[in-house]
Amino acid sequence: MKHPARISFQNVALEFSGDSGPVKVVDNVSYEIGNGEFVSVIGPSGCGKTTMMNMVAGFLQPTSGHVLIDGKPVKGPGPDRGVIFQEYGVFPWLTVHDNIDFGLTLSANKKSRTERHEICNRYMNLMGLSDFANAYPKMLSGGMRQRLAIARAYAVNPQFLLMDEPFGALDAQTRAHMQDLLLQVLQTEGKTVMLITHSVEEAVYMSSRIVVMTARPTRIREIIEVPFPYPRDPSLHEDPLFGQLRSRVRSMVMREYAAQARQTHEATD
Amino acid sequence: MLKRVALILAPWFVIVGLWYGLAYSGLINEALIPTPHAVATRFWELLTQARLPLDIWMSTQRVFLGVTLGITLAVPVGFVLGWYKQIRSFIDPLINFFRALPPIALIPLVVVYFGIGEFAKVVILFYASFFAGVIVMYEGIAQISPIYVRVARTLGATDSEIFRKVIIPLTVPHMLTALRVALGVAWATLVASELIAAQQGLGALIQNASSFFQLDIIYVGIICIGFIALAMDLSIRAFTRRLVSWQDRIA
Repeated sequence: MKHPARISFQNVALEFSGDSGPVKVVDNVSYEIGNGEFVSVIGPSGCGKTTMMNMVAGFLQPTSGHVLIDGKPVKGPGPDRGVIFQEYGVFPWLTVHDNIDFGLTLSANKKSRTERHEICNRYMNLMGLSDFANAYPKMLSGGMRQRLAIARAYAVNPQFLLMDEPFGALDAQTRAHMQDLLLQVLQTEGKTVMLITHSVEEAVYMSSRIVVMTARPTRIREIIEVPFPYPRDPSLHEDPLFGQLRSRVRSMVMREYAAQARQTHEATD
Repeated sequence: MLKRVALILAPWFVIVGLWYGLAYSGLINEALIPTPHAVATRFWELLTQARLPLDIWMSTQRVFLGVTLGITLAVPVGFVLGWYKQIRSFIDPLINFFRALPPIALIPLVVVYFGIGEFAKVVILFYASFFAGVIVMYEGIAQISPIYVRVARTLGATDSEIFRKVIIPLTVPHMLTALRVALGVAWATLVASELIAAQQGLGALIQNASSFFQLDIIYVGIICIGFIALAMDLSIRAFTRRLVSWQDRIA
């Protein structure tokens, strides 16, 4: 890992209050994400991966331990951390152009009219949305909506990208295309990335490190370095080393899925 | 285009046809069913020589005033109820209690407290449109996905920016739907409100005609109410389409 750490989890635990007392979701998690790293967090569905991202985004506070950004505890959401959701969250009442422009009109990132114009055009170009500048989101496909959400997040120039299963709702082809597009954009405008995913293929293809989480209450099972250099291209999927790493991560994740299934089984018995 | 017009007009012709059929079938005493052309003649007579323009004006004015006041209150109240779930859980039964009361049942009380003037009629229409509007409004607001507010926060929006740039645009379509529903309910309540000793208005026209068994005038009154309500609804829908063209589906 390159130092110093940009995002760090220090003995983080989080409990939600459930019907029968507190439910522990995240249990004593510590790891760090360095500058410019692409870290994927993978684990069984519902294990608490999203909860970890929400703590970095500032939507949730840990019950104990600390979530730090550049050494300071996270207080709340802010434009330094762009968040991409699985359900896109593009504003349906704004055109493609105005969605990207939205963040630029806020007092937190005040920009001049010419700057806004340039930024909007740049990201519409980068994301292949220029022909749809005046279209409303209802006219866009799922892949285009997610491209728009990424363009909108990039427009306010965040240092971090936090992505919660961003391509989970897309079909396989669109998903592969979006992965390559995102890697390309990251090559030109680097960010420190935290990606929540349940796709082993996606995690191995895109990240520099993979954090494998256990079943709930989630802990770190293992942190895996992904040795392939950037820029990566789709031929990597055929590389035998890629295949080996993918199998290793997959069997780890499958064991956690099995553990989670046993838990659920016991709970319902 | 021609086909569209024909399709829109067809059901109306069917209704008029059935009406003629019934009137001439001899199944019902013909004094009880005025023919469509007799009603049309009476309509023209009332429109040109008598009170109909004033009746239409008075009724439209009352509906307009009642709905304007009702919606003006329903929008903020509906918004608060929709946005704050805790408040909704205990206010909801109260709203539904009052909404279930037919406005006509309140007329005796309205007469006691507000007399029989214009004000009393507007109070009834206000009541009807407020409760219709408030329900539509809060059901709509309660369904707004919290993701938009979250996204805006991650982009750096302050509370006031979120209100102006996210919540208001999401509220507008529900306001327009509430307005449409309230107008429908208000026209339906109009006759009831004009039962309160009204001299003018379409409800009063119908009331007076019934005292003299003038069935053709009753029909004229009913058809006028239907068409004016339809015209208002169509214009709000046209306005909605322009204003919120971003919506997937226009209510």
